[in-house]
Amino acid sequence: MKDLLGNALFFGVVVSLLTYELGLWIKRKWKLAVFNPLLIAILAVMAVLLVFHIDYDTYNEGAKYLSYLLTPATICLAVPLYEQVELLKKNVTAILVGILSGAVASVTCVLLLSMAFGLNHEEYVTLLPKSITTAIGMGVSEELGGIVTITVAVIVITGVLGNIIAEHVCRIFHIKDPIAKGIAIGSASHAIGTARAMEMGEVEGAMSGLSIAVAGVVTVALSMVYVYFW
Amino acid sequence: MKYVRQFLIILLFSFVGEVLKYLIPLPIPASIYGLLLLFLALQLHIIKLESVRETAKFLVEIMPVMFIPAGVGLLTSWEALQEMLVPVAVITVVSTVVVMAAAGKATEGMLHLGRKRRKEGTER
Repeated sequence: MKDLLGNALFFGVVVSLLTYELGLWIKRKWKLAVFNPLLIAILAVMAVLLVFHIDYDTYNEGAKYLSYLLTPATICLAVPLYEQVELLKKNVTAILVGILSGAVASVTCVLLLSMAFGLNHEEYVTLLPKSITTAIGMGVSEELGGIVTITVAVIVITGVLGNIIAEHVCRIFHIKDPIAKGIAIGSASHAIGTARAMEMGEVEGAMSGLSIAVAGVVTVALSMVYVYFW
Repeated sequence: MKYVRQFLIILLFSFVGEVLKYLIPLPIPASIYGLLLLFLALQLHIIKLESVRETAKFLVEIMPVMFIPAGVGLLTSWEALQEMLVPVAVITVVSTVVVMAAAGKATEGMLHLGRKRRKEGTER
């Protein structure tokens, strides 16, 4: 069994898509936030790998083609953004202030909590870029001397968490405007959150996509300053 | 042939993004350069929306599944993560909620302010 699955090139993609379908089915059946299709898929694939003693590299031999599409797909977020360009132009100040507030809140929150937990400098800079997209966050962490593997893990966890709680946070804090929802989700949970914003609506998705880019770049600049604070 | 050409254009922007990433010494990934360039190209009518639309919509729609391998990859970083599990868990949850609320509330506040100003402007 292990040899068979280990040598099958399409195993990684099939098991990923199959578990995602399972996640969608479970979500339809029980409409609870914890039944997030992405979370279910990740946990189910982990379970399959552990049960059949398949290591991650073997799985990723096939699954990497899914990750391969991530760059083209992120670039394609330009399309919904272009379709909403009038909305963007009309509200550009509000949008930029919103994203900037999110980025400042993110690094400040990490700073204060790192102080509270007594983390060392290395651990602090590892967490500093946690809210931004993986590729930018990795670069920041490396540049500042953080532990890149942990940065990537925390970024992914943040994204999945944002994907799960987005709707609830918006409801609890009475964030009702689709533009504000999109900015909130994209600023807090980058592309993984944006995947959820896309399902909420075209405006939410477009604004969340924009936030990935802007929040990413702003956080690079902020990190260069915040690195000296702890 | 339509889809091949659309996919080609999207991959072309991915490639140009990679070239820019190589040339510019900033921690900004190819996808961000590509996103901004494609947006500009659409805006300046260098690329027509019809030349990328269907494939772009398809890729954006299937985007969630592209994060499954990265998520499963947490299996391999588990050991490193375990050492600082509690602070990481608290910081992740708290900051995600705080950032979402801050960004959302700030945007909404500014939107209301803008609408009020515009309304007052038209009344005057």
